[in-house]
Amino acid sequence: MHVILEQIINGLTIGSFYALIALGYSMVYGVLKLINFAHGDFFTLGSYLGYTVLVFGAALLTAHFGLWGAIMAALVFAGVSLAIVGLIVERVAYRPVYPAGRLPAVVSALGASIFLQNAIMVLWGPRFQAYPPALIPNVRIQFGNIHLTLLQIMILLLSFVLMGTLYYIVQKTTFGAAIRATAHDRKTASLMGININKVILFVFTLGPALGAVTGIMVGMYYRQISFTMGWNYGIKAFTASVLGGIGNIPGAMLGGLILGVLEMLGAAYISAAWKDVFVFIILILVLIFRPTGILGEKRAEKV
Amino acid sequence: MPEPRPHAAGETVLETLGLTKIFGGLIAVNSIDLKVHKGEILSLIGPNGAGKTTVFNVVTGIYRPEFGNVFFRGERITGKKPHQIVSHGIARTFQNIRLFPDMTCRENVMAGRHCRSTSGLFSSIFRTPRQRAEENLIREAAEKRLRQVNLWRSRDELAKNIAYGSQRMLEIARALASEPELLVLDEPSSGLNPRETRDLMAFLQGIIREEDLTILLIEHDMNMVMGISDWVVVMDGGRKIAEGIPEDIYADQRVIEAYLGKEDEDSTAYDVPAQH
Amino acid sequence: MEQTPLAGIGRLASSRQLHIALATAVFLIYPFLVSDYFIDIAFYFGIYTLLGLSLNIVLGEVGLFDLGHAGFYAIGAYTTAILNTKFGIPILVLLPLSALAAALFAYVVCSPVIHLQGDYLLIVTLGMGEIVRLALINNPFDLTGGPNGVYGIDFPSLGPWLVIDSSLEYYFLIWLIVGLTILGLTKLQDSRIGRAWNYIREDETAANANGIDSRSYKLLAFVLGAALAGVAGNVYASKLMCVSPESFTFWESCLMFCIVLIGGMGSIPGVIIGAAFIGLFPEIFRPFAMYRMLIFGSAMMLMMMFRPGGVWPRKRGAVKYESLLGGTGRTDA
Repeated sequence: MHVILEQIINGLTIGSFYALIALGYSMVYGVLKLINFAHGDFFTLGSYLGYTVLVFGAALLTAHFGLWGAIMAALVFAGVSLAIVGLIVERVAYRPVYPAGRLPAVVSALGASIFLQNAIMVLWGPRFQAYPPALIPNVRIQFGNIHLTLLQIMILLLSFVLMGTLYYIVQKTTFGAAIRATAHDRKTASLMGININKVILFVFTLGPALGAVTGIMVGMYYRQISFTMGWNYGIKAFTASVLGGIGNIPGAMLGGLILGVLEMLGAAYISAAWKDVFVFIILILVLIFRPTGILGEKRAEKV
Repeated sequence: MPEPRPHAAGETVLETLGLTKIFGGLIAVNSIDLKVHKGEILSLIGPNGAGKTTVFNVVTGIYRPEFGNVFFRGERITGKKPHQIVSHGIARTFQNIRLFPDMTCRENVMAGRHCRSTSGLFSSIFRTPRQRAEENLIREAAEKRLRQVNLWRSRDELAKNIAYGSQRMLEIARALASEPELLVLDEPSSGLNPRETRDLMAFLQGIIREEDLTILLIEHDMNMVMGISDWVVVMDGGRKIAEGIPEDIYADQRVIEAYLGKEDEDSTAYDVPAQH
Repeated sequence: MEQTPLAGIGRLASSRQLHIALATAVFLIYPFLVSDYFIDIAFYFGIYTLLGLSLNIVLGEVGLFDLGHAGFYAIGAYTTAILNTKFGIPILVLLPLSALAAALFAYVVCSPVIHLQGDYLLIVTLGMGEIVRLALINNPFDLTGGPNGVYGIDFPSLGPWLVIDSSLEYYFLIWLIVGLTILGLTKLQDSRIGRAWNYIREDETAANANGIDSRSYKLLAFVLGAALAGVAGNVYASKLMCVSPESFTFWESCLMFCIVLIGGMGSIPGVIIGAAFIGLFPEIFRPFAMYRMLIFGSAMMLMMMFRPGGVWPRKRGAVKYESLLGGTGRTDA
């Protein structure tokens, strides 16, 4: 029994990664109906920036702020940097293409993704890089029969705090209502006096920032990072956001967590090699029976 | 004393029996019985939200009714898919004009011929004589209809670029291209100016005679309803509340109330402002 | 109109026929002027063109978002690889068989999801492409050779007379296939089927209301697109003599998507240009080493900024048919 629970917790950990990245996809899609293919590369870039801070600034930072301070510094630095990068990408790659429609935006997004991915490769080299070991002391904590690492607990805590905060902002604040309104119908929202540019700003700073933080967490969890990891995480996270109902922010969180758990359970009980196939098949089945995703709303088309 | 129906003796082209359509908790169409006779122009009128377009959508196969049936020339067509309904002989236009915007007017009208032609993948690739002959027929039919609505000169223009009134006529030309027996028009005069509306009325009366057609239409323009309808059916809140010849309906108290609201209700919308 | 010789030459110079004749001449002469390396580049240009044309049916004509097209390409390639290496079936025989296998796969797999709208279809096709790739890596029934793939594939041959095993011969093979495909697709565009596809893209509800069974036509597009991708897979497999899953990634599907969009949706000349860009660009910019992909990505963004409709968009109403009715019908100019 406890094995399954441990697997589920592992799944929730990975699921939090997917969820936080999926939020970036869902937010941008909701507001702009655009699939930001570069988002996976935001995540990767954040991871590499964190790596740079932690590896090269480790001595200095730990001396002044202690270990936790160093990690915080990395998180903040990467988060802020990616918020800026996100804004730049929106301005340069997407804004000029909005009038042309959705499909040209897909190509532009792919172009941005190619650019970013290769920029990372040019700057940091094509080989794997490794996060410093034992950043978080390798402590195992026991809850009854279940074993967890301190790192896992920290990740889960941070993830849920971030998701909870975002959920609160989106569902309970006025600005959140503005975001949801824009996601629902951008034209009407702007006619109602909602500042669309502010919403776009929010979405293109917070999304990438969350991705960056996730990138650092992934770096600490798996230790190895590569410039192509954005691709893999990107597809999974995008799948998660569609699973939850694309454009739907709680849906992205739910989809990510479910995807992580399914992947873990699939790897453990079906086969590690086929886990990804299992996940995609689940997605396809969900969409066949609930075409708009788990939390997605059915949009009735007026004929 | 209600007047008799002009075409009552003719064949029943379309009949709905107890047609009911429910969306979630809303009964959009509540047990509607409708009968359309051959050669008739029947107008379906009623306030917004009465369920008129929903009736059309059920008749043309876009929705399945929860209860009731639709019969076309005696044959049960309830629940058939939209593309099958066209082959039977019912063609429609839409409330919010649904043309193919980035295709030429000619290509738009040719769409109407799709159900009357049969060339498949291989004959199209290898251009068999039969396929070429069929393509000529399609082009001829499209030309005929374009000329009929005075749009031949716009044949190679993109549908999105022609004037609004022309777009309405283009949609009708496309519908006619399928050689229908019943033409179902959803607010065809919407957005047209009075002169265009008069032209449309004359046009419809003309094709009824020339093409042996029957027309079912939804309309808000009372001039049009009074001017060309043989029979009028009034809906409100999903139900049929009256039917008769235009003159009778015009004076019918129930119809007036449906549109304007009852006198004893607090309907301030039609009160005269106090300061005058 | 004056029939002066000069006017005649002027008309000829701008005519479509002349352009096609010139292009054909260039294609025929090119391989005899350059080394094998450059002939191979032109071969891959041909493969990308065929793949672009195959996706163009689905994405360009019908407007369906397909990001898993590499899956069909893989099915074709692996069908050829496996049947040839395990059972010795000749490559040319496998060409229609690979097309059929891919087409069948498309039919079975797309039927349950063909009703999905826009972005949902996108993610499902993406997922299917990934499922194919992952299945190939996992080597089910020890058929697919896992991550290393299948090697030792024959070259196409027809008895002792026709043997295709040099760069030059592969070049002509692929471009012959591409030429025939272009011919067929051009005919399809100007036919009832092609129009039906376009109607669905413009407004599916209206298309249905005009008698087009959109579900069947969408499936047909996928099946035909898959078949063509399968053919590309067959030729690719025999040219490379081996196939492995890394040639059929999501990235390849993205490239195909870009070919169609950069060229111009639904435009056959556009697809050729798009394939040239995607296929040749990395080659041409090889000297820039690791910066070339930065340039590539930037070029894609710039192209969408300045020519979002594509480099050579489809022109409607280009072929003008005159009146067939002559004096009948009301005249109105």
